[in-house]
Amino acid sequence: MVLEKMALVGDALSHVALPGLAIGYLLNFNPFIGGFAFLFASAVMIWYVQRITKISFEALVGASFTLALAVGIIIIPQIELVEALFGSIANVAIWDAIAATIASIVAVLLTRVIYKKLVLAMISEDLAISKGIDVAKTNLLYLFLVTVVVAVGIKIIGTLLVGFLVIVPAIAARNLSPNMLRYTVLSAVFGVISAISGVLLTSYFVTVPPGPLVVFSGITIFAITIILNRVKKLTV
Amino acid sequence: MGETSNEEQILTVSDLSVELQNQPILDKISFIVKKGTTLAILGPNGAGKSVLFRALLNLLPHKGNMKWADKTKIGYVPQNVAVSDIPISVREFLSIGKNKCNPEEALNLVRLNASKILDKRLGILSGGELRRVLIAWALIDDPNVLLLDEPTNGVDVGSEEPIFLMLDGIKKTRKITILLITHDIHIVQEYSDYLLALNKCITFFGKSAEIANITTQQAIYGEPVCVETIKSEE
Repeated sequence: MVLEKMALVGDALSHVALPGLAIGYLLNFNPFIGGFAFLFASAVMIWYVQRITKISFEALVGASFTLALAVGIIIIPQIELVEALFGSIANVAIWDAIAATIASIVAVLLTRVIYKKLVLAMISEDLAISKGIDVAKTNLLYLFLVTVVVAVGIKIIGTLLVGFLVIVPAIAARNLSPNMLRYTVLSAVFGVISAISGVLLTSYFVTVPPGPLVVFSGITIFAITIILNRVKKLTV
Repeated sequence: MGETSNEEQILTVSDLSVELQNQPILDKISFIVKKGTTLAILGPNGAGKSVLFRALLNLLPHKGNMKWADKTKIGYVPQNVAVSDIPISVREFLSIGKNKCNPEEALNLVRLNASKILDKRLGILSGGELRRVLIAWALIDDPNVLLLDEPTNGVDVGSEEPIFLMLDGIKKTRKITILLITHDIHIVQEYSDYLLALNKCITFFGKSAEIANITTQQAIYGEPVCVETIKSEE
């Protein structure tokens, strides 16, 4: 999303999960399945409306996320609202962890499939189409992957802060990467380090939900990469 | 262009029209391109030059007929690419979308020093280096036609001529056909065989040397370009 210049789109899209989470809580099924369903349905709808109207992704996501946030806040039970917005480590069961691991593996494998097509389309859509790449389908699969990553992260860091996972590890990696290989690897590594260190910090800051701590860890890494880049000129 | 046998033609376009959002962009364009020649496409901004390329690549819906010769393989260099924010190296870029790739060979072809440039980020290259890398990318699959949309876009004045000299050399050694969008009359005269002047419809189509004629310039620009007057005023 950072390379597509849609960092804030990724962030805003994550908030669309809130009504799905609310329906899960109200109807007693796993709220994160509801969140993922809402995210993906919204992503497909935005992708389709963008194709037929040519209105920018930013504007469409902006409209749908504010609507989703409004609906979610109205229907979600007050007790679960804070947990849905900021995440909670206490309710993460072993099955959640297994599901998140499987979803992450699927996301990595699918990313490998579309990786080169996506990069070429980012450089020039015309070039990609002239090479026979279906840019619209590639973008749809890409949006699906974004929704998978966001849905996986919601449980721990919440729908309000999960956009962090889409943005901060990527911009930190960009500071240290002269090529796509290093950028891809470092983005994943920084995401994992931020998540683990943020969760571990909850044992010191017991009253603070994990979401903000994960964000603080990630921003610290980002700040360090800025200094490293400035000193070593790694991206020049 | 006179009588040309079909065997010599690599592209035949007749009555090609393109509309975008119900606005006519190209209106019944007809021309041919001979194998191994360079066709320069000239015209003001908004004349439909890039749209013509996109139609020739089947990237846009269009009306009319367009026929490439059998076994035509096209290499395309677009006018604009977004590389400044993408941390991709020259080596990685040259391998994208290509079945076979020898990046060193591709860069030598466009007269770039592979050892110096291969691991550089695409976004930090000079304008001239970037255009040469894009041309190298287009050449990797051994195309027999190159579509170049303003191949010196973003290149400083002194670096333009060497790029056209290089392209002329590649055209001769590889026997490829070049379709080239440009705004520069000097480039038309020096490096192209035929000229297609566009302004939604064709305003001139013939040998490039004819651009020196006042009547040709009137057809293209509406009034003659008085080179002598400009020089004397300077």
